[in-house]
Amino acid sequence: MDMDALVDLSRLQFAFTALMHFLFVPLTLGLSLLLVVMETLYVRTGDVIFKDMTRFWGKLFAINFAMGVVTGLTMEFQFGTNWAYYSHYVGDIFGVPLAIEGLMAFFLESTFIGLFFFGWDRLSRGQHLMVTVLVALGSNLSALWILIANGWMQHPVATVFNPETMRMELTGFTELILNHVAQVKFLHTLSAGYLTGAVFVLGISSWYLLKGHDTEFARRSFVVAAAVGVVAAVGAVVLGDESGVYVAEHQPTKMAAIEAEWHTEAAPAPFTVAGIIDDERMQTDYAIKIPYALGLIATRSLTGTVTGVHELVEQNAERIRRGLKAYALLPAMRNRTATPGERQVFQRHVSDLGYALLLKQYTDDPLKADDTIIAKAARSTVPPVAPLFWTFRAMVVIGFFLFALLAYALVTARRGTAWRKRSLLRLALYSIPLPFLAAELGWFVAEYGRQPWAIYEILPTGLATSSLSVADVKASLTAFVLMYGALFAVELFLMFKYARLGPSALHTGRYHFEFQGGRS
Amino acid sequence: MMLDYETLRLIWWGLIALLLIGYSVMDGFDLGVGTLLPFIARTDEERRVLINAIGPIWDGNQVWLILGAGAIFAAWPAVYAAAFSGMYAALLIVLFALFLRPVGFDYRSKIDSPIWRAIWDYALCFGGFVPALVIGVAFGNFLQGVPFHFDETLRSHYTGTLFDLLNPFALLAGVVSVAMLCMHGATFLLIKTTGALQQRAWHVARGAALATIGLFVLAGWWIATGIEGYRIVSIIDPNAASTPFGKEVIRETGAWLSNFLMHPWMWLAPMLGLSGALAVLLLGIRRPGWSWLASALSVSGIAATAGLAMFPFVLPSSTHPSHSLLMWDATSSQLTLWLMLIAAVIFIPVILFYTSWVFRVLRGKVTVEQIRENDHAVY
Ligand code: HDD
Ligand code: HEM
Ligand code: HEM
Repeated sequence: MDMDALVDLSRLQFAFTALMHFLFVPLTLGLSLLLVVMETLYVRTGDVIFKDMTRFWGKLFAINFAMGVVTGLTMEFQFGTNWAYYSHYVGDIFGVPLAIEGLMAFFLESTFIGLFFFGWDRLSRGQHLMVTVLVALGSNLSALWILIANGWMQHPVATVFNPETMRMELTGFTELILNHVAQVKFLHTLSAGYLTGAVFVLGISSWYLLKGHDTEFARRSFVVAAAVGVVAAVGAVVLGDESGVYVAEHQPTKMAAIEAEWHTEAAPAPFTVAGIIDDERMQTDYAIKIPYALGLIATRSLTGTVTGVHELVEQNAERIRRGLKAYALLPAMRNRTATPGERQVFQRHVSDLGYALLLKQYTDDPLKADDTIIAKAARSTVPPVAPLFWTFRAMVVIGFFLFALLAYALVTARRGTAWRKRSLLRLALYSIPLPFLAAELGWFVAEYGRQPWAIYEILPTGLATSSLSVADVKASLTAFVLMYGALFAVELFLMFKYARLGPSALHTGRYHFEFQGGRS
Repeated sequence: MMLDYETLRLIWWGLIALLLIGYSVMDGFDLGVGTLLPFIARTDEERRVLINAIGPIWDGNQVWLILGAGAIFAAWPAVYAAAFSGMYAALLIVLFALFLRPVGFDYRSKIDSPIWRAIWDYALCFGGFVPALVIGVAFGNFLQGVPFHFDETLRSHYTGTLFDLLNPFALLAGVVSVAMLCMHGATFLLIKTTGALQQRAWHVARGAALATIGLFVLAGWWIATGIEGYRIVSIIDPNAASTPFGKEVIRETGAWLSNFLMHPWMWLAPMLGLSGALAVLLLGIRRPGWSWLASALSVSGIAATAGLAMFPFVLPSSTHPSHSLLMWDATSSQLTLWLMLIAAVIFIPVILFYTSWVFRVLRGKVTVEQIRENDHAVY
């Protein structure tokens, strides 16, 4: 049907543009922190090599930042262009953190970024450091507010349905910002960003060391990156684990899918490490399991359980039926013709209204849905298991690997032996793409795992789109792929060019290619 | 303690107008400079002068647009949803043009090749001209009404096509917008440049100011005599829940003039639009700072004129006039408006404060000599 095609294309476009945005965001977050660290070292020691470090990594930061802005612009408008019903339905709440992000973060970041590059001769050292700090603060605040918005989609708090305006409305600001799902998300994503920046600097510095260019510059950058990176890696792993606990608590369907838990298993349940997952038959063949581990990971106890897919589907069929009771009363509530008794019934079941809306994908009139349709809708509340199971495990493996790499790099750098370990340096270089990959996988887990909901248990994704034609979205998606593809290629070209050039790009007369009379 | 709904709604109309005017004044001049880039500046070094005149500040300026969108999302979710999805193609064209700017400024001078740089020069020109034009066209359409309606679940449906947007009046509005932003960009260049470059900027500023005056008057005359405005014929309860179904609206030629006739102080806005552009002609190249300020007032006056003419309409519907969105019935809840007001009252002054500090630090002319000296540090 046309409707399905529209929803799928809109999702594809959102996924593409958001994942593009998040190729650049983590590096902005990570490098801005590293620039603060490097420039602080410059201001405190007065050693000009730290200034050169700040300026050189700042150049790469700029190349990346431009693409962050390009892709971010789309995000800001895309809720309106492609998710109009979503915007109407939850704009009252969701718009708040988004607008505050503009007021508090984007202005800060974007106003001071110009001064970061053009202010070296116009500001005192202290003032310039302050500018760098404000840029970093801006990007961190931006992450905070957008993740409050995203955290709310995953775990909607402080909101109530208003039948007259047919939308969700805000009931409290403090609850919205203290949403603990949002906070854990913020910290996990932030550490992912810092980790990305650290591995980026570590890898490129390793390349200079391998080539024997600008070794003093490279060693110092290496140490700063390794030190920041170890902390960030610990953060990513610990907070990732914490995210898992919150998922288990608030999004049981996502959890069941991530863990391929087809049936609720009695505590202490085993953790499935790998296996062949069959979404059709709803089972895992050749599963490799670790006894006791699931309860420990998901609930931090030996007595907690993770509800299985079968059980969740049954529960959710019940919720659909309850939701229908509220759905039936919607017109009367809207026209204010409901009797006090009907109002009570409505209020009792309105928290399941979203479940009734799930039926709209299968029938025009949910009130006429029979048991097979309800069963189908209930089955759709658990997202496909195999993709989630594997992407989650890939992210985790990358997390542990990067921790090991950075810890080893830091220890050997402090001993002064890292510079001779060519395989370590090579490994660091080749690891540059890994944190980016992990971050993309992480968003996939978080967002695909949220399906079929746009707002968890409130608004199904299928209803959230704009009333566009399939041709509109096909055209725009094609244009995005071509445009972003082209700009990304240009970005990579410049990134490689300047990374290869190294600090010689600054033309201070102190670095490798300048001795040989080379020119950029 | 919360302000009442009616007052909050009124304040938010004012705040959004302020943000959009902030956008036209602040980002307006760098869109104008972008548009003029290949025409005013002939050599590579001259082009770099222009690019570096706005290079350190354009990004902060653009945030006015981002904030405008975010504020409309939070304060008028129905408008955010209906306008952006309805004008899908137009909005995406603006976005794609805007994409060229962040990369254009940053990447252009990083490679020392004439072809590479020429490509980016035209990309920057495109990235300035297209948004200026299309945003003007969009406002031209808002003034005429847009073909959309709501179903009973408040889902909006748009029934027009991209080509409907390109009607003669809307194109005129687009040209007004381009002319005024070229004037605004050129007056900014009077401040930042010297010598022959400054002379060329002055020629453009003069021509653009004249064009702005002429076209703006033409558009005003057209609105008064040829464009159907919208009028509410039922009683409006400014405290009612936000749904577009509670009113009756008719279309009528000249209706957009009724606000000015009822509240004569509103004539200040078009007067400002005209006198600002006139003042640019008078102050000219001798007083660059004042010229720019006059141009900023002109831009604000012109934008305010459109907003005041339509008040309280935000997005009139041409096919179902009674489904038009008003600043009374398209807002978010009282609590949200209140919270966002607090945020705006705290942060807008802070933003203005540090923005002006940054502008002060970066003040002064940009010259070809400076570009040569700092070849590798500037854009
Ligand atoms: C965890 C962090 C994070 C996440 C999840 C997002 N962003 Fe982002 N965004 C940033 C972190 C960030 C940043 C680090 O602050 C950026 C990246 C590069 C940059 O220029 O700033 C940015 C840039 C950026 C810009 C350009 C701002 C400017 O001109 O300075 C916009 C308009 C958005 N974003 C909007 C969004 C929206 C609407 C998102 C959600 C759908 C979103 N971003 C997800
Ligand atoms: C930049 C980081 C983000 C990435 C990489 C990301 C990733 C994704 C992906 C992969 C999808 C598609 C899921 C699917 O349809 O199967 C998606 C959908 C979506 N995401 Fe995110 N997301 C990000 C941030 C956000 C944030 C911060 C929000 C809200 C503030 C958000 C809101 C949405 C919405 C509205 C959809 C479309 C509806 C849906 O498919 O559920 N995303 N995102
Ligand atoms: C042991 C390591 C890790 C664990 C246990 C872990 C766990 C998780 C979990 C459970 C989620 C889903 C949260 C949700 O659905 O709401 C998630 C999301 C995410 N992960 Fe990880 N993760 C780990 C490592 C990493 C690494 C190394 C990176 C990147 C460098 C990363 C980046 C992300 C991102 C960007 C998200 C999406 C945002 C969010 O939901 O927090 N993770 N992670």
